[in-house]
Amino acid sequence: MMRDPRTAVVVALLIFLALLPVYIAMGGNNFVLILFTRILILALAATSLNLILGYGGMVSFGHAVYLGIGGYVVGILAKEGVNAGIVQWPLALLVSALFSLVIGALSLRTRGVYFIMITLAFSQMLYYVAVSLDRYGADDGLTIYRRSQFGLLNLSNKILFYYVCLALLLGVIFLVARIVNSRFGMVIRGATSNERRMRAIGFPVFRYRLVCFVIAGTLCGLAGVLLANHTDFISPAMMHWTRSGDLIVMVVLGGMGSAFGPLIGAVVLLVLEEALSGITEYWQIILGPLLLLIVLFARGGIVGMLRPRHA
Amino acid sequence: MPEPLLQIEGLTKRFGGIVASDDVTLSIPQGELHAIIGPNGAGKTTLIGQLTGELSSQSGRIRLAGEDITALPAWQRSLRGLARSFQITSLFLDFTALDNVALAAQAHVGHSFHFWRDVRKEIELREPARAALERVGLGARADALVANMSHGEHRQLEIAMALATKPRMLLLDEPMAGMGVEECGRMVALLRELKQQLTILLIEHDMDAVFALADRISVLVYGRIIASGEPVAIRANADVRRAYLGEQQAVTLNG
Repeated sequence: MMRDPRTAVVVALLIFLALLPVYIAMGGNNFVLILFTRILILALAATSLNLILGYGGMVSFGHAVYLGIGGYVVGILAKEGVNAGIVQWPLALLVSALFSLVIGALSLRTRGVYFIMITLAFSQMLYYVAVSLDRYGADDGLTIYRRSQFGLLNLSNKILFYYVCLALLLGVIFLVARIVNSRFGMVIRGATSNERRMRAIGFPVFRYRLVCFVIAGTLCGLAGVLLANHTDFISPAMMHWTRSGDLIVMVVLGGMGSAFGPLIGAVVLLVLEEALSGITEYWQIILGPLLLLIVLFARGGIVGMLRPRHA
Repeated sequence: MPEPLLQIEGLTKRFGGIVASDDVTLSIPQGELHAIIGPNGAGKTTLIGQLTGELSSQSGRIRLAGEDITALPAWQRSLRGLARSFQITSLFLDFTALDNVALAAQAHVGHSFHFWRDVRKEIELREPARAALERVGLGARADALVANMSHGEHRQLEIAMALATKPRMLLLDEPMAGMGVEECGRMVALLRELKQQLTILLIEHDMDAVFALADRISVLVYGRIIASGEPVAIRANADVRRAYLGEQQAVTLNG
Protein backbone atom coordinates (compact mmCIF):
# COMPACT_ATOMS: atom_id res chain seq x y z
CA MET A 1 0.00 0.00 0.00
CA MET A 2 2.82 2.40 0.89
CA ARG A 3 3.96 2.30 -2.73
CA ASP A 4 1.15 4.70 -3.39
CA PRO A 5 2.60 8.17 -2.75
CA ARG A 6 -0.84 9.35 -1.65
CA THR A 7 -0.84 6.96 1.28
CA ALA A 8 2.69 7.98 2.22
CA VAL A 9 1.81 11.68 2.22
CA VAL A 10 -1.35 11.14 4.26
CA VAL A 11 0.44 8.96 6.82
CA ALA A 12 3.28 11.46 7.14
CA LEU A 13 0.82 14.31 7.54
CA LEU A 14 -1.16 12.47 10.21
CA ILE A 15 1.98 11.63 12.17
CA PHE A 16 3.03 15.27 11.96
CA LEU A 17 -0.38 16.47 13.15
CA ALA A 18 -0.47 13.95 16.00
CA LEU A 19 3.00 14.90 17.23
CA LEU A 20 2.79 18.67 16.78
CA PRO A 21 1.74 19.33 20.42
CA VAL A 22 4.77 17.37 21.61
CA TYR A 23 6.96 19.90 19.82
CA ILE A 24 5.01 22.69 21.50
CA ALA A 25 5.33 21.05 24.92
CA MET A 26 9.10 20.92 24.39
CA GLY A 27 9.14 24.67 24.06
CA GLY A 28 8.17 25.15 20.42
CA ASN A 29 6.49 28.26 19.14
CA ASN A 30 2.96 28.44 20.49
CA PHE A 31 1.87 30.29 17.41
CA VAL A 32 2.33 27.13 15.34
CA LEU A 33 -0.17 25.31 17.54
CA ILE A 34 -2.70 28.09 17.11
CA LEU A 35 -2.15 28.11 13.35
CA PHE A 36 -2.62 24.37 13.08
CA THR A 37 -5.68 24.33 15.30
CA ARG A 38 -7.17 26.80 12.86
CA ILE A 39 -6.05 24.64 9.95
CA LEU A 40 -7.73 21.57 11.46
CA ILE A 41 -10.98 23.45 11.94
CA LEU A 42 -11.06 24.85 8.43
CA ALA A 43 -10.04 21.44 7.09
CA LEU A 44 -13.14 20.05 8.80
CA ALA A 45 -15.25 22.69 7.09
CA ALA A 46 -13.57 21.91 3.76
CA THR A 47 -14.16 18.18 4.26
CA SER A 48 -17.87 18.87 4.73
CA LEU A 49 -17.85 20.98 1.56
CA ASN A 50 -16.09 18.17 -0.28
CA LEU A 51 -19.08 15.93 0.37
CA ILE A 52 -21.36 18.15 -1.69
CA LEU A 53 -18.79 19.72 -4.01
CA GLY A 54 -16.38 16.88 -4.66
CA TYR A 55 -18.81 13.96 -4.59
CA GLY A 56 -22.15 15.63 -5.14
CA GLY A 57 -21.14 18.17 -7.79
CA MET A 58 -22.97 20.90 -5.89
CA VAL A 59 -20.83 24.02 -6.09
CA SER A 60 -21.99 25.86 -3.01
CA PHE A 61 -20.49 29.32 -2.86
CA GLY A 62 -21.97 29.97 0.53
CA HIS A 63 -20.67 27.13 2.63
CA ALA A 64 -18.96 29.40 5.17
CA VAL A 65 -22.41 30.53 6.27
CA TYR A 66 -22.60 27.36 8.39
CA LEU A 67 -19.32 28.28 10.06
CA GLY A 68 -21.07 31.49 11.01
CA ILE A 69 -24.26 29.80 12.13
CA GLY A 70 -22.42 27.27 14.31
CA GLY A 71 -20.25 30.04 15.72
CA TYR A 72 -23.12 32.42 16.39
CA VAL A 73 -25.14 29.80 18.24
CA VAL A 74 -22.18 29.28 20.57
CA GLY A 75 -21.50 33.01 20.89
CA ILE A 76 -25.11 34.02 21.47
CA LEU A 77 -25.65 31.29 24.05
CA ALA A 78 -22.43 32.27 25.82
CA LYS A 79 -23.52 35.90 25.88
CA GLU A 80 -26.85 34.86 27.37
CA GLY A 81 -25.07 32.86 30.05
CA VAL A 82 -25.49 29.36 28.64
CA ASN A 83 -22.01 27.87 28.56
CA ALA A 84 -22.77 24.17 28.83
CA GLY A 85 -21.29 22.41 25.80
CA ILE A 86 -23.96 19.76 26.03
CA VAL A 87 -26.49 22.50 25.18
CA GLN A 88 -24.38 24.66 22.88
CA TRP A 89 -23.02 22.03 20.55
CA PRO A 90 -26.14 20.02 19.74
CA LEU A 91 -28.14 23.23 19.35
CA ALA A 92 -25.52 24.65 16.99
CA LEU A 93 -25.69 21.48 14.88
CA LEU A 94 -29.47 21.52 14.90
CA VAL A 95 -29.66 25.16 13.81
CA SER A 96 -27.07 24.52 11.07
CA ALA A 97 -29.13 21.56 9.89
CA LEU A 98 -32.32 23.62 9.79
CA PHE A 99 -30.70 26.45 7.86
CA SER A 100 -29.11 24.06 5.37
CA LEU A 101 -32.47 22.34 4.96
CA VAL A 102 -34.17 25.59 4.00
CA ILE A 103 -31.29 26.89 1.88
CA GLY A 104 -30.88 23.51 0.19
CA ALA A 105 -34.60 23.05 -0.47
CA LEU A 106 -34.66 26.33 -2.36
CA SER A 107 -31.27 26.38 -4.06
CA LEU A 108 -31.19 22.73 -5.19
CA ARG A 109 -34.01 23.50 -7.57
CA THR A 110 -31.46 25.35 -9.65
CA ARG A 111 -28.38 24.17 -11.50
CA GLY A 112 -24.94 25.36 -12.45
CA VAL A 113 -24.26 29.06 -12.20
CA TYR A 114 -27.70 29.70 -10.68
CA PHE A 115 -26.96 27.31 -7.85
CA ILE A 116 -23.65 29.05 -7.20
CA MET A 117 -25.34 32.45 -7.17
CA ILE A 118 -28.25 31.46 -4.97
CA THR A 119 -26.07 29.82 -2.33
CA LEU A 120 -23.92 32.95 -2.40
CA ALA A 121 -27.02 35.10 -2.01
CA PHE A 122 -28.23 33.15 1.02
CA SER A 123 -24.86 33.40 2.71
CA GLN A 124 -24.67 37.13 2.07
CA MET A 125 -28.18 37.52 3.43
CA LEU A 126 -27.21 35.84 6.69
CA TYR A 127 -23.99 37.82 6.75
CA TYR A 128 -26.00 41.02 6.83
CA VAL A 129 -28.34 39.58 9.43
CA ALA A 130 -25.28 39.04 11.62
CA VAL A 131 -24.11 42.59 10.88
CA SER A 132 -27.45 43.89 12.12
CA LEU A 133 -27.42 41.96 15.41
CA ASP A 134 -26.59 44.92 17.67
CA ARG A 135 -26.94 42.93 20.83
CA TYR A 136 -24.34 40.49 19.61
CA GLY A 137 -21.68 42.89 18.47
CA ALA A 138 -23.04 43.70 15.01
CA ASP A 139 -20.16 44.54 12.68
CA ASP A 140 -17.51 44.41 15.39
CA GLY A 141 -18.26 40.91 16.54
CA LEU A 142 -18.61 39.51 20.00
CA THR A 143 -16.02 38.22 22.41
CA ILE A 144 -16.73 34.89 24.06
CA TYR A 145 -15.50 34.98 27.64
CA ARG A 146 -15.94 31.32 28.47
CA ARG A 147 -15.43 28.47 26.08
CA SER A 148 -17.98 25.66 25.93
CA GLN A 149 -18.01 23.87 29.26
CA PHE A 150 -17.69 20.09 29.28
CA GLY A 151 -17.10 19.36 32.97
CA LEU A 152 -13.57 18.09 33.40
CA LEU A 153 -12.71 18.54 29.74
CA ASN A 154 -11.23 22.02 29.73
CA LEU A 155 -11.28 23.37 26.19
CA SER A 156 -9.24 26.41 27.25
CA ASN A 157 -6.26 24.11 27.41
CA LYS A 158 -4.74 24.76 23.99
CA ILE A 159 -3.20 21.34 23.56
CA LEU A 160 -6.34 19.53 24.65
CA PHE A 161 -8.42 21.70 22.33
CA TYR A 162 -6.05 20.92 19.47
CA TYR A 163 -6.55 17.21 20.03
CA VAL A 164 -10.32 17.64 20.23
CA CYS A 165 -10.21 19.36 16.84
CA LEU A 166 -7.94 16.69 15.40
CA ALA A 167 -10.16 13.88 16.69
CA LEU A 168 -13.30 15.51 15.32
CA LEU A 169 -11.64 16.18 11.98
CA LEU A 170 -10.53 12.56 11.63
CA GLY A 171 -13.97 11.41 12.74
CA VAL A 172 -15.61 13.56 10.06
CA ILE A 173 -13.16 12.41 7.37
CA PHE A 174 -13.97 8.81 8.29
CA LEU A 175 -17.69 9.53 8.33
CA VAL A 176 -17.60 11.17 4.91
CA ALA A 177 -15.55 8.26 3.54
CA ARG A 178 -18.17 5.82 4.82
CA ILE A 179 -21.02 7.89 3.44
CA VAL A 180 -19.62 8.18 -0.07
CA ASN A 181 -19.15 4.41 -0.30
CA SER A 182 -22.61 3.60 1.04
CA ARG A 183 -25.84 3.22 -0.91
CA PHE A 184 -26.54 6.86 -0.21
CA GLY A 185 -23.12 7.87 -1.47
CA MET A 186 -23.58 5.94 -4.70
CA VAL A 187 -26.80 7.83 -5.34
CA ILE A 188 -25.06 11.16 -4.74
CA ARG A 189 -22.13 10.27 -6.99
CA GLY A 190 -24.38 8.75 -9.60
CA ALA A 191 -26.41 11.96 -9.73
CA THR A 192 -23.21 13.93 -10.29
CA SER A 193 -22.09 11.57 -13.02
CA ASN A 194 -25.38 11.28 -14.90
CA GLU A 195 -28.49 12.74 -13.37
CA ARG A 196 -30.71 11.83 -16.29
CA ARG A 197 -29.80 8.18 -16.02
CA MET A 198 -30.43 8.26 -12.28
CA ARG A 199 -34.01 9.31 -12.86
CA ALA A 200 -34.40 6.73 -15.59
CA ILE A 201 -33.34 3.89 -13.29
CA GLY A 202 -35.73 5.02 -10.59
CA PHE A 203 -34.06 7.48 -8.23
CA PRO A 204 -35.80 10.60 -6.91
CA VAL A 205 -32.55 12.56 -7.05
CA PHE A 206 -33.67 15.77 -5.33
CA ARG A 207 -34.34 14.31 -1.89
CA TYR A 208 -30.96 12.57 -1.78
CA ARG A 209 -29.17 15.73 -2.79
CA LEU A 210 -31.05 17.68 -0.14
CA VAL A 211 -30.13 15.26 2.62
CA CYS A 212 -26.52 15.39 1.44
CA PHE A 213 -26.62 19.18 1.54
CA VAL A 214 -27.98 19.09 5.10
CA ILE A 215 -25.30 16.64 6.26
CA ALA A 216 -22.60 18.91 4.83
CA GLY A 217 -24.14 22.02 6.39
CA THR A 218 -24.42 20.34 9.77
CA LEU A 219 -20.82 19.15 9.73
CA CYS A 220 -19.68 22.63 8.75
CA GLY A 221 -21.73 23.94 11.68
CA LEU A 222 -19.53 21.78 13.89
CA ALA A 223 -16.48 23.50 12.41
CA GLY A 224 -18.15 26.82 13.28
CA VAL A 225 -18.57 25.70 16.89
CA LEU A 226 -14.89 24.87 17.04
CA LEU A 227 -13.86 28.10 15.35
CA ALA A 228 -15.82 30.22 17.83
CA ASN A 229 -14.18 28.36 20.70
CA HIS A 230 -10.78 28.63 19.09
CA THR A 231 -10.83 32.39 18.57
CA ASP A 232 -13.05 33.14 21.60
CA PHE A 233 -14.78 35.49 19.23
CA ILE A 234 -17.50 35.58 16.62
CA SER A 235 -18.06 38.12 13.90
CA PRO A 236 -19.86 38.35 10.56
CA ALA A 237 -16.48 37.85 8.89
CA MET A 238 -16.76 34.13 9.77
CA MET A 239 -19.34 33.77 7.03
CA HIS A 240 -18.11 36.34 4.55
CA TRP A 241 -18.22 35.09 0.97
CA THR A 242 -14.44 35.22 0.68
CA ARG A 243 -14.33 32.57 3.39
CA SER A 244 -16.64 30.40 1.29
CA GLY A 245 -14.20 30.96 -1.56
CA ASP A 246 -11.29 29.86 0.64
CA LEU A 247 -13.11 26.62 1.42
CA ILE A 248 -13.65 25.93 -2.29
CA VAL A 249 -9.97 26.62 -2.95
CA MET A 250 -8.97 24.15 -0.22
CA VAL A 251 -11.14 21.42 -1.71
CA VAL A 252 -10.07 22.01 -5.31
CA LEU A 253 -6.42 22.47 -4.37
CA GLY A 254 -6.28 19.33 -2.25
CA GLY A 255 -8.36 17.18 -4.54
CA MET A 256 -12.11 17.08 -5.05
CA GLY A 257 -13.69 13.79 -4.19
CA SER A 258 -10.78 12.44 -2.19
CA ALA A 259 -11.04 11.72 1.52
CA PHE A 260 -7.93 13.57 2.67
CA GLY A 261 -7.82 16.11 -0.16
CA PRO A 262 -9.52 18.93 1.78
CA LEU A 263 -7.15 18.47 4.73
CA ILE A 264 -4.13 18.60 2.44
CA GLY A 265 -5.59 21.61 0.65
CA ALA A 266 -6.23 23.41 3.95
CA VAL A 267 -2.69 22.74 5.18
CA VAL A 268 -1.08 23.89 1.95
CA LEU A 269 -3.24 26.98 1.51
CA LEU A 270 -3.03 28.25 5.07
CA VAL A 271 0.67 27.45 5.58
CA LEU A 272 1.51 29.14 2.27
CA GLU A 273 -0.64 32.10 3.24
CA GLU A 274 1.20 32.35 6.55
CA ALA A 275 4.66 31.91 5.06
CA LEU A 276 4.17 34.27 2.14
CA SER A 277 2.56 37.00 4.22
CA GLY A 278 5.73 36.92 6.34
CA ILE A 279 7.79 37.69 3.26
CA THR A 280 5.73 40.38 1.63
CA GLU A 281 2.64 42.40 2.15
CA TYR A 282 1.55 41.47 -1.37
CA TRP A 283 1.61 37.72 -0.75
CA GLN A 284 -1.60 37.21 -2.70
CA ILE A 285 0.28 38.11 -5.89
CA ILE A 286 2.41 35.01 -5.35
CA LEU A 287 -0.29 32.73 -3.96
CA GLY A 288 -2.79 33.50 -6.72
CA PRO A 289 -0.70 32.34 -9.69
CA LEU A 290 0.54 29.35 -7.68
CA LEU A 291 -3.02 28.16 -7.10
CA LEU A 292 -3.83 28.84 -10.73
CA LEU A 293 -0.97 26.62 -11.86
CA ILE A 294 -2.02 23.75 -9.61
CA VAL A 295 -5.63 23.96 -10.68
CA LEU A 296 -4.68 24.21 -14.36
CA PHE A 297 -2.06 21.50 -14.49
CA ALA A 298 -3.01 19.07 -11.76
CA ARG A 299 -6.46 17.71 -12.40
CA GLY A 300 -7.62 16.25 -9.13
CA GLY A 301 -5.52 18.73 -7.14
CA ILE A 302 -2.53 17.75 -5.06
CA VAL A 303 -3.93 14.29 -4.39
CA GLY A 304 -4.41 13.84 -8.14
CA MET A 305 -0.79 14.86 -8.70
CA LEU A 306 0.34 12.12 -6.33
CA ARG A 307 -1.69 9.42 -8.06
CA PRO A 308 0.52 6.65 -9.48
CA ARG A 309 0.83 7.12 -13.23
CA HIS A 310 0.43 3.51 -14.35
CA ALA A 311 -2.78 2.91 -12.43
CA MET B 1 -58.94 -10.04 -24.46
CA PRO B 2 -56.58 -9.33 -21.56
CA GLU B 3 -55.68 -5.76 -20.73
CA PRO B 4 -52.66 -4.50 -22.68
CA LEU B 5 -49.53 -3.92 -20.64
CA LEU B 6 -48.91 -0.52 -22.17
CA GLN B 7 -51.72 1.58 -23.53
CA ILE B 8 -51.13 4.93 -25.18
CA GLU B 9 -54.09 7.10 -26.11
CA GLY B 10 -53.96 10.29 -28.10
CA LEU B 11 -50.48 11.23 -26.92
CA THR B 12 -49.38 14.61 -28.27
CA LYS B 13 -46.21 16.64 -27.85
CA ARG B 14 -45.55 19.99 -29.43
CA PHE B 15 -42.30 21.92 -29.32
CA GLY B 16 -43.41 25.41 -30.21
CA GLY B 17 -44.98 25.05 -33.64
CA ILE B 18 -43.54 21.61 -34.32
CA VAL B 19 -45.70 18.62 -33.55
CA ALA B 20 -43.31 15.87 -32.49
CA SER B 21 -45.96 13.38 -31.44
CA ASP B 22 -49.33 13.75 -33.06
CA ASP B 23 -52.20 11.94 -31.39
CA VAL B 24 -50.30 8.68 -30.98
CA THR B 25 -52.49 5.76 -29.99
CA LEU B 26 -50.96 2.37 -29.46
CA SER B 27 -51.55 -0.63 -27.30
CA ILE B 28 -49.01 -3.27 -26.56
CA PRO B 29 -50.11 -6.56 -25.01
CA GLN B 30 -48.05 -8.49 -22.51
CA GLY B 31 -45.26 -10.44 -24.17
CA GLU B 32 -45.21 -8.58 -27.46
CA LEU B 33 -42.15 -7.12 -29.09
CA HIS B 34 -43.45 -4.03 -30.76
CA ALA B 35 -41.12 -2.12 -33.06
CA ILE B 36 -41.49 1.49 -34.04
CA ILE B 37 -39.81 2.52 -37.24
CA GLY B 38 -39.77 5.78 -39.10
CA PRO B 39 -37.42 8.18 -40.82
CA ASN B 40 -35.09 10.45 -38.85
CA GLY B 41 -36.99 13.18 -37.09
CA ALA B 42 -40.22 11.21 -37.08
CA GLY B 43 -40.49 11.66 -33.31
CA LYS B 44 -39.45 8.20 -32.13
CA THR B 45 -37.14 9.37 -29.37
CA THR B 46 -39.65 12.03 -28.33
CA LEU B 47 -42.23 9.29 -27.90
CA ILE B 48 -39.84 7.27 -25.72
CA GLY B 49 -39.21 10.42 -23.68
CA GLN B 50 -42.93 10.87 -23.14
CA LEU B 51 -43.38 7.25 -22.15
CA THR B 52 -40.54 7.33 -19.63
CA GLY B 53 -41.61 10.66 -18.20
CA GLU B 54 -38.62 12.72 -19.26
CA LEU B 55 -40.91 14.79 -21.43
CA SER B 56 -44.37 15.93 -20.49
CA SER B 57 -47.23 15.54 -22.93
CA GLN B 58 -49.72 18.23 -23.92
CA SER B 59 -52.52 15.74 -24.13
CA GLY B 60 -53.20 12.04 -24.07
CA ARG B 61 -52.99 9.18 -21.60
CA ILE B 62 -50.42 6.51 -20.84
CA ARG B 63 -51.47 3.43 -18.91
CA LEU B 64 -49.14 0.75 -17.61
CA ALA B 65 -51.00 -2.43 -16.63
CA GLY B 66 -54.16 -0.37 -16.31
CA GLU B 67 -52.64 2.30 -14.09
CA ASP B 68 -52.58 5.84 -15.41
CA ILE B 69 -48.93 6.94 -15.29
CA THR B 70 -49.27 10.05 -17.46
CA ALA B 71 -48.52 12.45 -14.62
CA LEU B 72 -45.82 10.43 -12.85
CA PRO B 73 -42.18 11.57 -12.86
CA ALA B 74 -39.57 9.39 -14.57
CA TRP B 75 -38.27 7.72 -11.42
CA GLN B 76 -41.73 6.56 -10.38
CA ARG B 77 -42.37 5.05 -13.79
CA SER B 78 -39.12 3.17 -13.44
CA LEU B 79 -40.22 1.84 -10.06
CA ARG B 80 -43.44 0.63 -11.70
CA GLY B 81 -41.47 -1.46 -14.13
CA LEU B 82 -40.86 0.71 -17.16
CA ALA B 83 -37.19 0.53 -18.09
CA ARG B 84 -35.42 2.27 -20.91
CA SER B 85 -32.14 2.25 -22.74
CA PHE B 86 -30.76 5.37 -24.34
CA GLN B 87 -30.05 5.94 -28.01
CA ILE B 88 -26.98 7.93 -27.12
CA THR B 89 -25.20 5.90 -24.49
CA SER B 90 -25.94 7.33 -21.08
CA LEU B 91 -23.90 5.62 -18.39
CA PHE B 92 -21.87 6.42 -15.30
CA LEU B 93 -18.53 6.64 -17.07
CA ASP B 94 -16.44 6.99 -13.94
CA PHE B 95 -17.85 3.81 -12.37
CA THR B 96 -17.12 0.18 -13.19
CA ALA B 97 -19.60 -1.82 -15.24
CA LEU B 98 -20.68 -3.71 -12.14
CA ASP B 99 -21.18 -0.48 -10.17
CA ASN B 100 -23.37 0.85 -12.98
CA VAL B 101 -25.65 -2.14 -12.94
CA ALA B 102 -25.63 -2.47 -9.15
CA LEU B 103 -26.80 1.13 -8.88
CA ALA B 104 -29.71 0.34 -11.17
CA ALA B 105 -30.55 -2.66 -8.97
CA GLN B 106 -30.24 -0.50 -5.86
CA ALA B 107 -33.02 1.81 -7.03
CA HIS B 108 -35.44 -1.09 -6.80
CA VAL B 109 -34.73 -2.54 -3.37
CA GLY B 110 -36.20 0.20 -1.22
CA HIS B 111 -34.88 3.64 -0.33
CA SER B 112 -31.17 4.41 -0.37
CA PHE B 113 -30.88 6.28 2.91
CA HIS B 114 -28.21 3.87 4.11
CA PHE B 115 -25.12 5.79 5.06
CA TRP B 116 -22.70 3.35 6.59
CA ARG B 117 -22.42 -0.07 4.96
CA ASP B 118 -20.00 -0.44 2.06
CA VAL B 119 -22.20 -0.70 -1.01
CA ARG B 120 -19.63 -2.82 -2.83
CA LYS B 121 -20.01 -5.54 -0.24
CA GLU B 122 -23.77 -5.78 -0.51
CA ILE B 123 -24.56 -9.18 -1.98
CA GLU B 124 -28.16 -8.12 -2.41
CA LEU B 125 -27.00 -5.64 -5.08
CA ARG B 126 -23.88 -7.29 -6.46
CA GLU B 127 -25.45 -10.65 -7.27
CA PRO B 128 -28.35 -9.44 -9.41
CA ALA B 129 -25.98 -6.96 -11.05
CA ARG B 130 -23.56 -9.73 -11.92
CA ALA B 131 -26.43 -11.83 -13.25
CA ALA B 132 -27.59 -8.97 -15.50
CA LEU B 133 -24.05 -8.52 -16.82
CA GLU B 134 -23.78 -12.26 -17.55
CA ARG B 135 -27.06 -12.14 -19.34
CA VAL B 136 -25.92 -9.50 -21.82
CA GLY B 137 -22.53 -11.16 -22.20
CA LEU B 138 -20.46 -8.75 -20.13
CA GLY B 139 -19.74 -11.10 -17.23
CA ALA B 140 -16.01 -10.96 -17.80
CA ARG B 141 -15.98 -7.16 -17.92
CA ALA B 142 -17.62 -6.55 -14.55
CA ASP B 143 -14.69 -4.66 -13.07
CA ALA B 144 -13.80 -2.62 -16.14
CA LEU B 145 -14.15 1.13 -15.87
CA VAL B 146 -17.00 2.11 -18.16
CA ALA B 147 -14.99 4.96 -19.71
CA ASN B 148 -12.53 2.33 -20.97
CA MET B 149 -15.11 0.04 -22.57
CA SER B 150 -15.93 -0.14 -26.26
CA HIS B 151 -19.02 1.30 -27.88
CA GLY B 152 -20.51 -2.14 -28.39
CA GLU B 153 -19.96 -2.97 -24.74
CA HIS B 154 -21.64 0.28 -23.77
CA ARG B 155 -24.70 -0.75 -25.75
CA GLN B 156 -24.78 -4.09 -23.94
CA LEU B 157 -24.35 -2.33 -20.62
CA GLU B 158 -27.34 -0.12 -21.45
CA ILE B 159 -29.45 -3.25 -21.66
CA ALA B 160 -27.95 -4.76 -18.51
CA MET B 161 -28.86 -1.64 -16.54
CA ALA B 162 -32.40 -1.73 -17.80
CA LEU B 163 -32.64 -5.41 -16.86
CA ALA B 164 -31.31 -4.80 -13.36
CA THR B 165 -34.34 -2.67 -12.58
CA LYS B 166 -36.48 -5.82 -12.83
CA PRO B 167 -38.72 -4.30 -15.50
CA ARG B 168 -42.09 -5.43 -16.78
CA MET B 169 -41.42 -3.64 -19.98
CA LEU B 170 -38.33 -2.50 -21.86
CA LEU B 171 -38.22 0.62 -23.99
CA LEU B 172 -35.18 0.27 -26.20
CA ASP B 173 -34.08 3.33 -28.13
CA GLU B 174 -31.95 2.12 -31.04
CA PRO B 175 -29.99 -0.50 -29.13
CA MET B 176 -27.95 -1.26 -32.26
CA ALA B 177 -26.97 2.32 -33.06
CA GLY B 178 -23.39 2.48 -34.24
CA MET B 179 -22.73 -1.24 -33.91
CA GLY B 180 -20.78 -3.44 -36.31
CA VAL B 181 -22.39 -6.38 -38.12
CA GLU B 182 -21.11 -8.97 -35.70
CA GLU B 183 -22.17 -6.95 -32.63
CA CYS B 184 -25.58 -6.44 -34.18
CA GLY B 185 -25.95 -10.17 -34.57
CA ARG B 186 -25.22 -10.70 -30.90
CA MET B 187 -27.69 -7.98 -29.92
CA VAL B 188 -30.43 -9.55 -32.06
CA ALA B 189 -29.79 -12.89 -30.37
CA LEU B 190 -29.98 -11.22 -26.97
CA LEU B 191 -33.24 -9.42 -27.79
CA ARG B 192 -34.72 -12.63 -29.14
CA GLU B 193 -33.98 -14.26 -25.81
CA LEU B 194 -35.30 -11.30 -23.79
CA LYS B 195 -38.58 -11.23 -25.67
CA GLN B 196 -39.40 -14.63 -24.25
CA GLN B 197 -39.85 -13.03 -20.84
CA LEU B 198 -40.38 -9.33 -21.40
CA THR B 199 -42.63 -6.99 -23.25
CA ILE B 200 -40.48 -4.77 -25.43
CA LEU B 201 -40.98 -1.56 -27.32
CA LEU B 202 -38.13 -1.35 -29.80
CA ILE B 203 -37.07 1.65 -31.79
CA GLU B 204 -34.55 0.68 -34.43
CA HIS B 205 -33.21 1.74 -37.78
CA ASP B 206 -31.77 -1.64 -38.66
CA MET B 207 -34.61 -3.07 -40.77
CA ASP B 208 -33.20 -6.60 -40.83
CA ALA B 209 -33.24 -6.64 -37.05
CA VAL B 210 -36.72 -5.14 -36.84
CA PHE B 211 -38.29 -7.59 -39.26
CA ALA B 212 -36.49 -10.49 -37.61
CA LEU B 213 -37.64 -9.63 -34.11
CA ALA B 214 -40.92 -7.76 -34.13
CA ASP B 215 -44.32 -9.29 -33.51
CA ARG B 216 -45.88 -6.06 -34.66
CA ILE B 217 -44.55 -2.89 -36.19
CA SER B 218 -45.81 0.67 -36.12
CA VAL B 219 -44.61 3.25 -38.58
CA LEU B 220 -44.17 6.78 -37.30
CA VAL B 221 -43.95 9.65 -39.77
CA TYR B 222 -43.98 13.29 -38.66
CA GLY B 223 -45.14 12.22 -35.21
CA ARG B 224 -48.11 10.31 -36.55
CA ILE B 225 -48.60 6.57 -36.73
CA ILE B 226 -49.44 5.88 -40.36
CA ALA B 227 -49.58 2.11 -40.12
CA SER B 228 -49.50 -0.55 -37.47
CA GLY B 229 -49.56 -4.30 -37.96
CA GLU B 230 -47.65 -7.51 -38.40
CA PRO B 231 -44.34 -7.35 -40.27
CA VAL B 232 -45.83 -8.96 -43.38
CA ALA B 233 -48.60 -6.39 -43.53
CA ILE B 234 -46.21 -3.50 -42.98
CA ARG B 235 -43.94 -4.75 -45.73
CA ALA B 236 -46.88 -4.81 -48.10
CA ASN B 237 -48.41 -1.52 -47.03
CA ALA B 238 -48.35 0.98 -49.88
CA ASP B 239 -48.48 4.05 -47.64
CA VAL B 240 -45.49 2.84 -45.70
CA ARG B 241 -43.49 2.29 -48.84
CA ARG B 242 -44.29 5.71 -50.17
CA ALA B 243 -43.90 7.66 -46.94
CA TYR B 244 -41.02 5.92 -45.36
CA LEU B 245 -39.28 3.14 -47.14
CA GLY B 246 -39.04 4.92 -50.47
CA GLU B 247 -39.37 3.21 -53.81
CA GLN B 248 -35.81 1.95 -53.96
CA GLN B 249 -35.90 0.30 -50.56
CA ALA B 250 -39.33 -1.10 -51.24
CA VAL B 251 -37.83 -3.07 -54.07
CA THR B 252 -35.15 -4.47 -51.81
CA LEU B 253 -37.68 -5.40 -49.18
CA ASN B 254 -39.77 -7.24 -51.70
CA GLY B 255 -36.78 -9.18 -52.89
